[in-house]
Amino acid sequence: MDIVSREDVLHVAHLARLALSDEEIARLQRELNRIMEHFAELQQLDTEGVPPTSHPLPMTNVFREDEVRPSLSVDEVLQNAPDRCDEFFRVPRIVDTEA
Amino acid sequence: MELFELTAYELAQKLAAREVSSREAVAAVRDRVAAVEGDVQAFLLQTWEVAEAKAAAVDERRAAGEALPPLAGVPYALKDVICTRGLRTTCGSRILERFVPPYDATVVERLGAAGTPLVGKANMDEFAMGSSTENSAFQVTRNPWDLERVPGGSSGGSAAAVAGDECFFALGSDTGGSIRQPGSMCGIVGLKPTYGRVSRYGLVAYASSLDQIGPLTKDVRDAALVLNTIAGHDPRDSTTAAVERPDFVAALDGSVAGLKAGIITELTGKGIDPGVRDCVLKAAAVLEELGVRCEEVQLPHAEYALPCYYVIAPAECSSNLARYDGVRYGHRTQQPVEDFVDMFAKSRAEGFGPEVRLRIVKGTYVLSKGYYDAFYLKALKVRTLIKRDFDRAFERFDVLLCPVAPTPAFRIGEHADDPLSLKLGDICTLPVNLAGLPALSVPCGFADGLPVGLQVLAPPFAEAALLRLAHAYEQHAGWVGRKPPLGR
Amino acid sequence: MAYRPCIGVEVHAQLLTDSKMFCGCSTQFGNTANSQCCPVCSGIPGSLPVINRKAVEFVLRTGTALGCRPAPRCRFARKNYFYPDLAKNYQISQYEEPLTAGGRMTLEVDGEAVDIRIRRVHLEEDTGKNFHLPDGTSLVEYNRCGVPLMEVVTEPDFTSAEQVREYLNELRAIFRYLGVSSAAMEEGAMRAEPSVNLVDPLTGDATPRVEIKNLASVRAVYDAVKYELWRQQQALDAEEPMTQQTRRWSVERQETQVMRDKESSEDYMYFPEPDLVPMEVNEAWAARVAAELPELPRARRARFVTEYGLPAYDAEVLTAQRELADYFEAVARTAGDAKAASNWVMGDLTRLLNETAQAVAASPVSADQLAELVRMIGEGRLTSKLAKDVFEEMFRTGGSAPDIMAAQGLGVVNDAGELEPIIAAVLSENAEAVASYRSGRKQAKGVLVGAVMKATHGQADPKLVNQLLEKALG
Repeated sequence: MDIVSREDVLHVAHLARLALSDEEIARLQRELNRIMEHFAELQQLDTEGVPPTSHPLPMTNVFREDEVRPSLSVDEVLQNAPDRCDEFFRVPRIVDTEA
Repeated sequence: MELFELTAYELAQKLAAREVSSREAVAAVRDRVAAVEGDVQAFLLQTWEVAEAKAAAVDERRAAGEALPPLAGVPYALKDVICTRGLRTTCGSRILERFVPPYDATVVERLGAAGTPLVGKANMDEFAMGSSTENSAFQVTRNPWDLERVPGGSSGGSAAAVAGDECFFALGSDTGGSIRQPGSMCGIVGLKPTYGRVSRYGLVAYASSLDQIGPLTKDVRDAALVLNTIAGHDPRDSTTAAVERPDFVAALDGSVAGLKAGIITELTGKGIDPGVRDCVLKAAAVLEELGVRCEEVQLPHAEYALPCYYVIAPAECSSNLARYDGVRYGHRTQQPVEDFVDMFAKSRAEGFGPEVRLRIVKGTYVLSKGYYDAFYLKALKVRTLIKRDFDRAFERFDVLLCPVAPTPAFRIGEHADDPLSLKLGDICTLPVNLAGLPALSVPCGFADGLPVGLQVLAPPFAEAALLRLAHAYEQHAGWVGRKPPLGR
Repeated sequence: MAYRPCIGVEVHAQLLTDSKMFCGCSTQFGNTANSQCCPVCSGIPGSLPVINRKAVEFVLRTGTALGCRPAPRCRFARKNYFYPDLAKNYQISQYEEPLTAGGRMTLEVDGEAVDIRIRRVHLEEDTGKNFHLPDGTSLVEYNRCGVPLMEVVTEPDFTSAEQVREYLNELRAIFRYLGVSSAAMEEGAMRAEPSVNLVDPLTGDATPRVEIKNLASVRAVYDAVKYELWRQQQALDAEEPMTQQTRRWSVERQETQVMRDKESSEDYMYFPEPDLVPMEVNEAWAARVAAELPELPRARRARFVTEYGLPAYDAEVLTAQRELADYFEAVARTAGDAKAASNWVMGDLTRLLNETAQAVAASPVSADQLAELVRMIGEGRLTSKLAKDVFEEMFRTGGSAPDIMAAQGLGVVNDAGELEPIIAAVLSENAEAVASYRSGRKQAKGVLVGAVMKATHGQADPKLVNQLLEKALG
């Protein structure tokens, strides 16, 4: 019995905005299940009381002062735009999923 | 000896003495590239105009009697994951096939200020994900030592270019071994600095808490020379440390007698090719001759580095790669779309290669609701255990030793059916990134006629000691300066 | 079966920093699209964020003012979702470790004190903007992307739309007092999202929570909350099934409309931001923030009543803006007459500022100048009627009262020596009125007083005139 189901893969593919073919979904499902076996090893380790390390460096409080710096020109910002309309990026229909 | 065969340091000396001009150096590598690049395929983009203009400018300043930085006029290459203003930067991916950054990475600014001419952008595994450069969307790079074999990855193009004398040094990036492993497979030096030593501003991110930029060079002195130029705190990168930056070249000289080196048991035993192990143990013997005491040391959690890395790296990468949606730059699908969600999904699926898609899916899975604690958070805790192992080891030892990779360079296509087995080859290099340590690969012999690298690890920010030991080894062991039979 | 309202409010306020949250681009608005962007805020590959210290200060200041404790250690986190106005397709925000948490605000609504718990005040970055074109495509620009945003979240402690309204007004005043945000809702500098449901206090049964968006004013929030409470009650009474939803407020139709069902809520896959290191606020820093807090509106209102003896109404009006309150106090203290100062500030000053569309800070009449005028009136050196004209002139020219009066030859004539001859002249010219007065018709004096005032262009001190007339009339 696979830990990772086809539905799981579809759900994740949507979260990651990847349009996948059936073939690929099957491939990814296979790969994810193989990796789950790997992860089972991690679960075995006792990490009670162990703090997580999201950062290898013990630094804190790195700030910059509130000073305005030169921005890129409008052309520079838009120079790689797949679809440019005057000073804007243009995209297909935006459905209001976020206000 | 041909001009293009010199080390960066040797060239720099000749340039300073005006025995040779930078223009001539650029011309020399340009001819070399013309001769061998057809076989090696190290470059995605060659930038001769840019290089020649820089070389000319440097030559003029030198002629005018100006005192120039040590690397001025020495031609180099950049892994195509580093942003160059006005020059295409693809990350080995179709999704950025036509992307031209409007800014230079900090390391590019520093090298530019130092007067180094850029000769090209080097091939790589797509978005730095891979260990052979076979995941490049554009071309396969071949190992100069054996054109049927991989140069290693993900900085394979950079390593091959240096090994093939197509440039005098190159920069790569290392997230799980991507500088050290190709360095080892191509018989050159590859240095991953301490996390926070070199600015990541302008480095297209793969895994933010693991990535570092570092040099691939013909010898250890060159690595020190390049590190001198690129290292240092950058206010544009909050993860760079405000630590003192010694002169790494000056630190090279000095005795290494009395230092203690720990040979990592877990990474030198089973799973390592006997020929590789042999080279590494012989290297330890050479170090003993130099007065370095070598003993075994255990890192009890070393075996967990692989699963730990393959939770953390994909997780961070899935978020870092979310920005590639076809809105502001990069590939946008030509297929008809219903709405922007459809456009995102199709553009990304078309633009990303299979390995990248896999890692994004994996990373999204471990971060998703219900799995975060069990996978991501768990992996971060295991990371602490791995780091503690190293801290404990460094209480007793000045450096640690182990192989770079379990095997020398494998054949192109050898792992095509089994990508997981390819990942197993990272076991020696991954723990270093998880702990943020500096480590390098230095040539230590051959197995089956192919280069093998010795990996040397040091405590955080101890590059000076690391380089000194590697330099002493290299000068004494005699492997340095070996060249592949390419173009002969 | 009486369900009671249960409302929580989330407020986002743009912070008054010069530069963006994680880069040096300007936060000014109204400029050409995409002209205030850099690799960081437009999500170009390879860019990295760096925290704006002032934004952190502003949030600490606000959190502390709201009674929150700064976290000794906290982090930024990535909130991952895909949207064209989100340059990186993740927003750098705070999740498990906000900068400050655990405060409260006491409101006064209809004479009752209401305690609202503040769950947290944290820091994040704003998104860019989308514009929808009629052909179905959309335009995107990122000038606003990366502007520092402060988020204030309450516990669901509100039980009426009136309370929510009072809260928002008070919060806005606090933001302005602290100088952290303009809090101008109409400009989008402050956005409020109430979460509404109905709860049965006995059984704990509750309707599903509904979040309301698209509210551009406090009024709209009030109306929307009121409407939503009504809508949910209706649905309850009719036993209609309800789901957790996000609804948008339609000003045109005065109703909330479904935006999306939240049966499966968004998975933002939060994890600590690896490109930023943690923040640690130590005791010294927290203490300094607390020490530097200005007096807040509520406390200031109370003090105006007790210290200056002002009516509550005056205190309310004067403290609506910190600058106005500062101005008033300066005048009151220098002039020594708080009520007079209050009248002038609430009255003529505010009127003229409004007419010329100027802020208090730009007032042509300084507090010292107004105080001087008030003092002069108190000393009887000019009448209040005259003072109004003088003030208008002061506002128009920026001159001081004495200068203007001297220039125009104004000033209360209260020198007996100067008045006596004038009175004598008036008496001789108004023999009839004099006779009338002397024969017992005291009202006749009024004519004589009027004549003296006319002869002195209204500048004679009425009291003195009366006195002298009495004497002269015998």
